[in-house]
Amino acid sequence: MKFTNEEILETVGMIAEDKLDIRTVTLGISLFDCSDPDPAVCARKVREKILKKGANLSEKASFVADEYGLPIVNKRISLTPISQVVPVADPAAFVEVAHAVDGAAGEIGVDFVGGYTAMIQKGETAIDRALIAAMPEVLATTQRFCASVVLASTKAGINMDGCYTMSQVIKDAAERTAKQDGIGCAKLVLFANPVEDNPFMAGAYYGAGESESSILVGVSGPGAVRRALEKLGPDADLGEVAEAIKKSAFKITRAGELVGKKIAKQLGVSFGNLDLSLAPTPAEGDSVGQILETMGLAMPGAPGSTAALMMLNDAVKKGGLFASSSVGGLSGAFIPVSEDASMIKAAKVGAITIEKLEAMTSVCSVGLDMIAIPGTTNAETLAAIIADEMAIGCANNKTTATRIIPAPGKDIGDSVHFGGLLGEAPVMAVSQVSADTFVRRGGRIPAPLQSLKN
Amino acid sequence: MGKNKKRIVVTVIGTDEVGIVAKIATVLAENNINIIDINQKILDDEIFAMTLLADRVKSSLGLPEITTKLQESIKELSLTVTVQDSEVFQYMHRV
Repeated sequence: MKFTNEEILETVGMIAEDKLDIRTVTLGISLFDCSDPDPAVCARKVREKILKKGANLSEKASFVADEYGLPIVNKRISLTPISQVVPVADPAAFVEVAHAVDGAAGEIGVDFVGGYTAMIQKGETAIDRALIAAMPEVLATTQRFCASVVLASTKAGINMDGCYTMSQVIKDAAERTAKQDGIGCAKLVLFANPVEDNPFMAGAYYGAGESESSILVGVSGPGAVRRALEKLGPDADLGEVAEAIKKSAFKITRAGELVGKKIAKQLGVSFGNLDLSLAPTPAEGDSVGQILETMGLAMPGAPGSTAALMMLNDAVKKGGLFASSSVGGLSGAFIPVSEDASMIKAAKVGAITIEKLEAMTSVCSVGLDMIAIPGTTNAETLAAIIADEMAIGCANNKTTATRIIPAPGKDIGDSVHFGGLLGEAPVMAVSQVSADTFVRRGGRIPAPLQSLKN
Repeated sequence: MGKNKKRIVVTVIGTDEVGIVAKIATVLAENNINIIDINQKILDDEIFAMTLLADRVKSSLGLPEITTKLQESIKELSLTVTVQDSEVFQYMHRV
């Protein structure tokens, strides 16, 4: 036969038992031709464009999933940052357009839309200010529209006023969605050095350099990587472990590339890129934390976690880059707490802390992700946590992000429950040492030096 | 792959019984799906595993329909059936 029995059974097993799937097929749509100073007209144009471009996304994605027997978990849309589309400095205009986006996305059956986005790493425009002012209301009154704000970059430094403003927006959004444990904050990402072709939520937006419309794919195969390492046994040295990760990443990436190309062809748009991130889900076995456990750490967060994660992240890229010529997006392992069964367990028993997570984000994508903290955490402390994460991205010339939920009415020992892919998270301890004066200084932390790097 | 070929891989895994291959082959034949290669093994003395390469170019059925018909034919047995376009194996296992 063209393929051996073992090869076929391996693939079937990866899908059935190891939860290999396509985490998201994201259709990027440019909205530059939808700009209009009249909010009602702008909202109508945006709505019509989403309905037109995305009409067949769900149907074609399901067809391709059936053909290859590869489940597609989410269908999503990423849009041109809305701050570049709505040319009016009026919060009400942003609310109106956001509702149009949310409604259109619901009609065509997509799970999430990204692009309620402002870029303020060096400062805000009047339009950015209006977008941010409307953000808590948008997060609380829309279901699918995800927000992101760029607060820092290696070339601009860190906008500390922006960090402080956004920490207040986060607290406001949490309060407005208190009945659902602050879910509004799960739809808001703050970035340093974001990428313009990310298929993953909540941080996806469709950058200015992208084409009219294209397919962006994110694969999810932590279970398959773990299985490959289990087969190696505990005696294999770390060089052999890295080799096994590479081989398994190659296969996962090929599956993603095949699906992406096929869906793009079916929709008549270009295949933008494949994101090589290992993205976990709360399902048992679909966990990045469990890969670290299989490597030999009792739990994620143990000493050695940063080293193990660096190796994992690097090996996934090395295997994946050979498998696809269209690699882009974030391309790095994700370590969201609430979306990973092993991370949830480690956080519950205190094996992993915010400080250890922060260290781990310096060697992987994407940052302090889906972390619940006490609702009483003050805005200054939250802004300081955000600034620390931005600093890691700035200094290392990489993407970092925060998605933190100050859970209203909850404290250490409690949990937040979002359900679905967003999962659940124990409320984690935050340092009680004050950073208030530092944060209140405001201004901008200058761009870090890019030579003499030690 | 040429335009006049539509290759699928059928995988059947589960508890061994007499006549599984016959049942699967009958459904495929009834629906104009031509078997090109077939491989069957009993793993660890108890688990039945069959992989089969076939051409569905002359069949009017889509993959979900083929899967449903195959599942129907062995519904009283403890088996799982998967039907996939062969391209996925080509992509994942061949450089």
